[in-house]
Amino acid sequence: MNPFSSSTRLRDMIRSIRACKTAAEERGVVRKECADIRASINENDPHDRHRNLAKLMFIHMLGYPTHFGQMECLKLIASPGFPEKRIGYLGLMLLLDERQEVLMLVTNSLKQDLNHTNQYVVGLALCALGNICSAEMARDLAPEVERLIQFRDPNIRKKAALCSTRIVRKVPDLAENFINAASSLLKEKHHGVLITGVQLCYELCTINDEALEFFRKKCTEGLIKTLRDITNSAYQPEYDVAGITDPFLHIRLLKVLRVLGHGDANASDLMTDILAQVATKTESNKNAGNAILYECVETIMAIEDTSSLRVLAINILGRFLSNRDNNIRYVALNMLMKAIAFDDQAVQRHRVTILECVKDPDASIRKRALELVSLLVNENNVKQLTKELIDYLEISDEDFKEDLSAKICSIVEKFSPEKIWYIDQMLKVLSEAGKFVKDDVWHALIVVISNASELHGYTVRALYKAVLTYSEQETLVRVAIWCIGEYGDLLVNNVGMLGIEDPITVTECDAVDVVEDAITRHNSDMTTKAMALVALLKLSSRFPSISERIKDVILKQKGSLLLEMQQRAIEFNSIVERHKNIRSSLVERMPVLDEATFNVRRAGSLPASVSTMAKPSVSIPNGVSAAPLVDLLDLGSDDILAAPSSSSGADFLQDLLSVDLGSSSAQSGATPAPKAGTDLLLDILSIGTPSPAQNSTSAIDLLSTADMNNNSSTALDALSSSAPPHIATTASAGGMFDLLDGLSPSPSKEATNGPAYPPIVAYESSSLKIEFTFSKPSGNPQTTNVEATFINLSPDTFTDFVFQAAVPKFLQLHLDPASSNTLPASGGKVTQNLRVTNSQHGKKSLVMRMRIGYKVNGKDVLEEGQINNFPRGL
Amino acid sequence: MIHFVLLVSRQGKVRLTKWYSPYTQKERSKVIRELSGVILNRGPKLCNFVEWRGYKVVYKRYASLYFCMCIDAEDNELEVLEIIHHYVEILDRYFGSVCELDLIFHFHKAYYILDELLIAGELQESSKKTVARIISAQDQMVEAAKEEAGSISYIIAQTT
Repeated sequence: MNPFSSSTRLRDMIRSIRACKTAAEERGVVRKECADIRASINENDPHDRHRNLAKLMFIHMLGYPTHFGQMECLKLIASPGFPEKRIGYLGLMLLLDERQEVLMLVTNSLKQDLNHTNQYVVGLALCALGNICSAEMARDLAPEVERLIQFRDPNIRKKAALCSTRIVRKVPDLAENFINAASSLLKEKHHGVLITGVQLCYELCTINDEALEFFRKKCTEGLIKTLRDITNSAYQPEYDVAGITDPFLHIRLLKVLRVLGHGDANASDLMTDILAQVATKTESNKNAGNAILYECVETIMAIEDTSSLRVLAINILGRFLSNRDNNIRYVALNMLMKAIAFDDQAVQRHRVTILECVKDPDASIRKRALELVSLLVNENNVKQLTKELIDYLEISDEDFKEDLSAKICSIVEKFSPEKIWYIDQMLKVLSEAGKFVKDDVWHALIVVISNASELHGYTVRALYKAVLTYSEQETLVRVAIWCIGEYGDLLVNNVGMLGIEDPITVTECDAVDVVEDAITRHNSDMTTKAMALVALLKLSSRFPSISERIKDVILKQKGSLLLEMQQRAIEFNSIVERHKNIRSSLVERMPVLDEATFNVRRAGSLPASVSTMAKPSVSIPNGVSAAPLVDLLDLGSDDILAAPSSSSGADFLQDLLSVDLGSSSAQSGATPAPKAGTDLLLDILSIGTPSPAQNSTSAIDLLSTADMNNNSSTALDALSSSAPPHIATTASAGGMFDLLDGLSPSPSKEATNGPAYPPIVAYESSSLKIEFTFSKPSGNPQTTNVEATFINLSPDTFTDFVFQAAVPKFLQLHLDPASSNTLPASGGKVTQNLRVTNSQHGKKSLVMRMRIGYKVNGKDVLEEGQINNFPRGL
Repeated sequence: MIHFVLLVSRQGKVRLTKWYSPYTQKERSKVIRELSGVILNRGPKLCNFVEWRGYKVVYKRYASLYFCMCIDAEDNELEVLEIIHHYVEILDRYFGSVCELDLIFHFHKAYYILDELLIAGELQESSKKTVARIISAQDQMVEAAKEEAGSISYIIAQTT
């Protein structure tokens, strides 16, 4: 090295970086240093390398890019001196990781160093190999490492053993080669070698069944003896931690005994005594002792049934749980989750303590405890536990409310003994943490309410009271306005009072106030406002005396900036104003929602394939979209929804809404005639005794309008994104089946046919969205049919649209022609079917790379992407 | 298995990182940012474990430094606390009542010691004495090499 070299020393560089007051200043210093190092690298002066690399490592730690120094590591490793090699290997481990190609270049140097005469050089090479080797390197160098396990120096033996664990993790096929070497290590006296040998043995047992059998047969007794010796050994200052000799060795031995005893009664039997000894004799006043007890409990629970030991284990956990140390309580909660599997009763005894942990100030403990509580719930204790949890929900931290409310909801849904209790609890959750409640939860609540006809009055009054106090909880407001819309008359007349209720006086105006409040509040979102609007329309018929006031509220939404709201406001206004005679039948109470269908839907794929984006609905020439309106009016009642499916029904609605319906003749005709049409359709759908001719035509009609229904539910989703539309679609689809084959299959049948895969959004850019829906042909699990839907999100039409896809070798792809090569502007769709065969089905999931080309305004556009979010198991 | 070891100062400055599982450079800085945000904000009396992306991070504070180790969900957290303490004790003996500045200016020594303690994310040695012996043997080899190279390598020694 040139003593007059201009470069600074490492220490000086660190000083100057530490002296920097701002990040910008620091960047400046680092930039200058990096420039110097690059220059020095280019000069290729071997004397500066050592220092350059040391500096680079420091710079790397600060988070700056240092890839240009990678080759320097290799040069240092290749140089003969120990100091150079030492820093070279350190740099290699720090600056590179196993995925970098450069790493392959070091394989040869590693091989030489593994055969080096100096044992410390061999140690360096083993350490580097053990920390960053890739699968290829592992394969290449495994024989060297295997040989080194028998090396004379224990320092090398232990390093070789851990290096082998990395090798067998990377290349499990190599496990067999290490079995003999590993078993020889188990007889060692040197603790380092013993610890690493046991670790290697554990690794082999988990990877390779043959190895497991081998060690179980040959080594179980030896390992038990080693554990006994170490437990009973006298004070050894070198290995002593808080009065225990080598807790690390203890723990590793217990861990390997766990895999040996698991599933083998014989081996389990052999280790009973020593486990009992460890469990009873280990000091539990220090962390080291508790770590051993913890490992011991885990082993006791994993090996074959020895019930007396399990009692011991549960007792230890009970002690842990009441410990004042948070760490100990945390691991206790963790272990109790496993203990539930074999002794539910014993864990139930600690219920009170566990509930206290849910309220702990420590987030980690709270989370564990909450998981555990949800496992503890059963029919007998659900009421008490839920009460405790809900009480705590009122005072818990904001950031914990989301987890907590989700857990409470799932507990309540799963174990609720009666509907009134369910509704009560959900109302409490919505009141306390409504903004954290997921959509499907409050959708489910509405379905339950709708089904509990004797509780309608009670529920709507309870909701009314709740919403006055907790008007900031969005989901509570939604459920409340839906119920007020449906059951507003029960609210004001105190119908169906239960004995437990306090009578309240609510005027019609009060009820409308709540809804008006929701629709005018600036932070209500679109869904809430849309639901409020529908509720208002319904109330206008329930409360004819104040329909003028309701009309005014509706009219105010004429100025809404949201197109849907605006349009609906005008339509509803015209219903209120001009069609009083049919209004009451239009806005009748919703038929009971079908719980079974909803649950199937919910279990299958939560987000049905409709997009939740606000899109303009199907436009019909006169600017009135019939289908969405119907949806809105009855929010998914199956039979009324079927009405627009027939052309006459749709006409009726168009007529109804078109502005110059005009003269009295039309007016007089409008009421009876379409009504008959609807009734007829209702008959067809529900009773199902139509004449054959009628049958066929309506079926076609229904088929052709099935699409329209989908569209309408899209539009409605945009408006309310609530559950009912999904039900509506299935229900009407069910009706369609009825007509087609007269077999009346239940609507849920389709959904339960085989495992359902949720549709995914495979790709989305500012101009294009691609959705995939999946199906499996029966009897061929390897093949997946994918229906790709391309949606044009831009205001321009795409022409010459081409979709190309590429897949890795284990997949086969077949593309059918697309339905069109032109995508109309703003929401235009093209579909294309893909068939993917996965030869590694069950092992690997699908991946796909794709390229989309099209022309916009004569210009070529190319978009590319990779799809990684395929559902598992395809 | 330990997936990575992280030493972060109370100000969020990284003092040592060691990765036993493959993380790209980008992921590494993201992990460091995320974890130091979580860990540095935890109160003093809480437990030493944080659940993070399906793993557990065991951390312990020594003076101004947080020692963090990321392990699998089913690993023994209490033992990892012991390993951290084991490492700190060895550092303490090596530097003679270690402080943050020692680990800044002699960061490579901290790495050398860690490499004698862990390989492939597993514990290699439970005896502090053995680690100290092996480290000092290697330090002596470096010294010897320096003397051999005479005055010129003396300057190298100054740099590191």
